Amino acid sequence: MADFEPTIIAFVCNWCTYTAADLAGTSRLTQPPNVRMIRMMCTGMVDPKYVIKALLEGADAVLISGCHPGDCHYINGNLKARRRVKLLKEILPRFGFDQRRVKLTWIGASEGIDFANTMKELVDEVRELGPNQVRKQMVI
Amino acid sequence: MATTVKIPIKDQNLVSSLQDFFKTMLRDGDINGLMVAQHMPVKSAVMPTLVTDPDKLDTADPLAPVFPINAAKVVSKLTRKPLGGKVAVVLRPCEIRAFIELVKLKQGRVDDVVLIGMDCLGAYSNVQYPEFAGDNAMEATLRFYQNIQEGKGTACNGFDVSPACKACEYPIPENADVLIGLVGVDLKDHLLVKANTVRGEELLENLGLSSTSEPEKRRKEIEKLVAERLAYRDQMFSETSEVTSDVEKLVGYLSNCVNCYNCRVACPVCYCKECVFLTDVFDHEPSQYLRWAKRKGILKMPTDTVFFHLTRIAHMSTACIGCGQCSNACPNNIPVMEIFRTVAHYTQKAFDYEAGRSLEDEPPLSIFREDEFQEVVAKMH
Repeated sequence: MADFEPTIIAFVCNWCTYTAADLAGTSRLTQPPNVRMIRMMCTGMVDPKYVIKALLEGADAVLISGCHPGDCHYINGNLKARRRVKLLKEILPRFGFDQRRVKLTWIGASEGIDFANTMKELVDEVRELGPNQVRKQMVI
Repeated sequence: MATTVKIPIKDQNLVSSLQDFFKTMLRDGDINGLMVAQHMPVKSAVMPTLVTDPDKLDTADPLAPVFPINAAKVVSKLTRKPLGGKVAVVLRPCEIRAFIELVKLKQGRVDDVVLIGMDCLGAYSNVQYPEFAGDNAMEATLRFYQNIQEGKGTACNGFDVSPACKACEYPIPENADVLIGLVGVDLKDHLLVKANTVRGEELLENLGLSSTSEPEKRRKEIEKLVAERLAYRDQMFSETSEVTSDVEKLVGYLSNCVNCYNCRVACPVCYCKECVFLTDVFDHEPSQYLRWAKRKGILKMPTDTVFFHLTRIAHMSTACIGCGQCSNACPNNIPVMEIFRTVAHYTQKAFDYEAGRSLEDEPPLSIFREDEFQEVVAKMH
């Protein structure tokens, strides 16, 4: 599938990664249009079912991105998110989802350039991985 | 040294001898009540009962090879607030382990209960048991143990214990306050009773039971039983992994699911007070279904079946104790226990956790550490 364009759902925290995305935008940095962002107050409120739902609906990858450890606006929400991502990376590959389709990154509010670069790398990596198996599934 | 005593077997009847023990315990022990499974007046139904009158134990039979519900759920009801008395509860090992998980989730307390665990040789399914038990259910229990003592195992008259029980590597209630031992014990003569905790020793005081010691062969027979079950379990893990290894196979595996959510209701560790799948989050707009259908031209109804099961796995797998009540409750015989237990094995391993082992181990998703699982954080840019 040479012309495959991945769809990526990103759950980003209000205080760090969303602000970084805003900075990347206002700095007019080039970014791929494949990422659909959902702003959360904290990565600590991303229930595993949000990620599961996105993948079952055909998202080719899910990104969860928040503050660096120690910088969480709610002290430790990002560390709770890390455990949930660990859990998902155990569960999902058992049903054929490549564990690279679930990503966790820390991108701080001032890191607009890092945000833009991360989006480019992520889209390239998922394009390499190919479409999510669910896309071929007629009924689910 | 733990107190080890014996319950003498009278008239070669395990069930009535055990009833005598419970009657004495309720009369002379420092407890206000006893929770134990009993045959209901309606034939073949065995349900937990909370008993305060020693004369109301004539149909008590925790040895009956069936458990229609995981009784951890009812013990949780008894202990979520102070009970106003002390109750001894007779449970299977998986029920104790589920209760320990509920206590850690603040849905039960150990303060008012003394946990009495019985060696568990397994149970028939809710559907098979009435057929096996026939008209004389207490006699059927004796038949079950007779069969085992004769070395014929748990299969009896063409019935056998459920796959969950065959795959259960925890037949011995090591974490009970009082353990009632069957494995490697001469059941023609006595049942073994062992206090594992101070609370257990207090309960056994004044019951007038003569002391004994654990028979030599018990350890060996337990090891043999556990080895058999581990072998069955590991084969189940590999077979289940194989038949659910991608979404297409998983959809097929769950294709008979009618979204009744019985597996969730029966599950002792599905801990949410209100399940999100029953809230208006899932009362989708009618027009939404049409939009979904248009994406691929077809939409399976009811929707969210695979989503439900994967979400349940994400929520409860680190607490799954493998009792198999999910499969017991499934109206369409989907082998859900196999899938939940298999995933649970790997998620618990990932967090170095063993559900139901101890009150000291913290549930994986209730805690976190500053420096851990660095490998799941992507280093990009």
